[in-house]
Amino acid sequence: MRSEELAIVGGGPAGLSAAIAASELGVSPLLIDDNPAPGGQLVKQTHKFFGSRSLYCGTRGMDIAKLLCDQLARSPARLWLNATAVGLYPGRVLAIAQPERFHKLKANHIIFATGATENSIAFPGNDLPGVYGAGAVQTLMNVYGVRPGQRVLMVGAGNIGLIVSYQLIQAGIEVACVIDVLPRIGGYHVHAAKLSRLGVPVLTSHTVVEAFGAESVEGVVIARVDRDFKILSRTKRRLTLDAICLAVGLTPLTELLVQAGCRMVYVPELGGNVAWHDERMLTSVPGVFVAGDLSGIEEASTAMLEGRLAGAAAAEAVRGRSPESCRIIEQAQADLACIRRGPFGEKAACGKSKLGSCVSAV
Amino acid sequence: MRKRTFSHRPPAISRRIAAHPILSFPPRPEVEFFFESRKLKGLADEPIAAALVANGVKVFRVTEKMHRPRSFFCAVGKCSSCLMEVDGRPNVMVCVEPLKAGMKVKRQVGRGSLR
Repeated sequence: MRSEELAIVGGGPAGLSAAIAASELGVSPLLIDDNPAPGGQLVKQTHKFFGSRSLYCGTRGMDIAKLLCDQLARSPARLWLNATAVGLYPGRVLAIAQPERFHKLKANHIIFATGATENSIAFPGNDLPGVYGAGAVQTLMNVYGVRPGQRVLMVGAGNIGLIVSYQLIQAGIEVACVIDVLPRIGGYHVHAAKLSRLGVPVLTSHTVVEAFGAESVEGVVIARVDRDFKILSRTKRRLTLDAICLAVGLTPLTELLVQAGCRMVYVPELGGNVAWHDERMLTSVPGVFVAGDLSGIEEASTAMLEGRLAGAAAAEAVRGRSPESCRIIEQAQADLACIRRGPFGEKAACGKSKLGSCVSAV
Repeated sequence: MRKRTFSHRPPAISRRIAAHPILSFPPRPEVEFFFESRKLKGLADEPIAAALVANGVKVFRVTEKMHRPRSFFCAVGKCSSCLMEVDGRPNVMVCVEPLKAGMKVKRQVGRGSLR
C-alpha cells in the first residue's frame, strides 16, 4: 500500500493553505480533492473580501483561489484531482475513489478540510424543483454562466443570503425580496445597504409558509412571525416567482472524522456536530487534524488561517519543531483571535471556547 | 400512485448569461446530447445540470414512493438530489458530471435501473 507522511483531504481555502504551510516547513503533502480543479467554494465568490491585507482584503474570492493555487503549484505539494475520500480505515488508511480507479493510502498524518454542506428548512413544497441552496445558484451563475431562475426569493439575510442576492442581480435575475426569520439582519450592513439601494426589500421576522407549483416552483407564500417565531396568518402573502434560494446555514461535513473515531461535540454555534480539537487543530485521534468549515462554520478567511495552523502543526508532528513552524503557528493563532474578537466573530469564538470547556469535562 | 409525466418547454429568455459586470465566461465548444428522447445542445464539459437548466429542464428525477419531482439542490456534488441516469448508469450526480457529446441523459425514477 502507498504511504504518505501527510495527506490533506479537501482543496478549498483551508486545505490549500494547509498544504502551502506544510510545504514551507519542508513537508511534501498529498492534497486530494473531489473536484476537477482546486479552490473549493472560493471559485464562485465574485465579491471582494474584507479584513487585513495578509488575509487578501479587497481581493475577490475567485482571485484568492488563483493565488493559492499558484502558491501550491510552486510548492513541493502533490495534488490529486477528481479524487474523493470515501472512507477511513483503522491505522489512518484512506479509501480514495477516482473515476476509473480505487486507491488505498496509508497516511501518517491527515488534515481533514472537507468543508460543509448547505442546510434546508422545513416547509410544504421545500423539495420542489426551484428550491435551491444559495450556494448552488451561485455555482451555476458565477462558474457556469447559467441562470437557474428569473425571479427569486432569498431566504436568509446572513452574509451568504445578502451577497448571493446581489450576485443574482448582477447575473440579470430579479430578487423579489430577502427574508429572515430573525428580527435583525444577520450579515454585514454594507451588503444589506447595497440591496436596499437597488430597491430589494429585506424583510426581517418573516418566514416561508409554503412553496407551490405543479412540477416546479410557481410561487411562494411568506408571512411575518411573532417573537416566538409563530406565523401570523393575517400577514400571509403570495409572491409569483420561479425559484427560492435557501441561505439558512451550513452543516460541517464530518463523516470521515466520525469514521476516524474522533470525539464529536454538538456545538450549535459551530453548525452542529464537530470534532473536538485543540488550539493547534489536532483532534482527539493522534495524527488527525481539522481545518476550515468542518471544524466549525465560519468564513473563508478563518478557513485559510486554520489551514495554515493545521498545516504547520502537522508539519511539526512530521519534522519536529522549528523557529519557522512556531512563527507560522503563533501568527495564525493571533490572526484568528483578532478576527473572532469582532462582533461578527462572536458566535464562532463562543463555539470554539465551548470546545475548550469540553477538555476539562472529559 | 400513478406515474407522472412532466412538461418541457424551452426557456422564453436565454438562461445563458451574455453580459456580466465582473465575469466573462470563456467560450466552450457546443455539443449535442439527448435528454429523454429529445436532442438538446449544451457546452462541452459543463456539468450536465448546467446544460439542462440552460435548456429549461427543471425535473431531473422522480422519487420512488411519492413520485415527487426533484431537481438539483447543492450543485456541488454533496446532496444527491440531482441523481439521473446517464448512458444507462443510474445515480449519476449530474451537478458535477461533465457533459460529453452524444450523452444519453434520462430522468431517474426511484433508484433507477441498470441497463
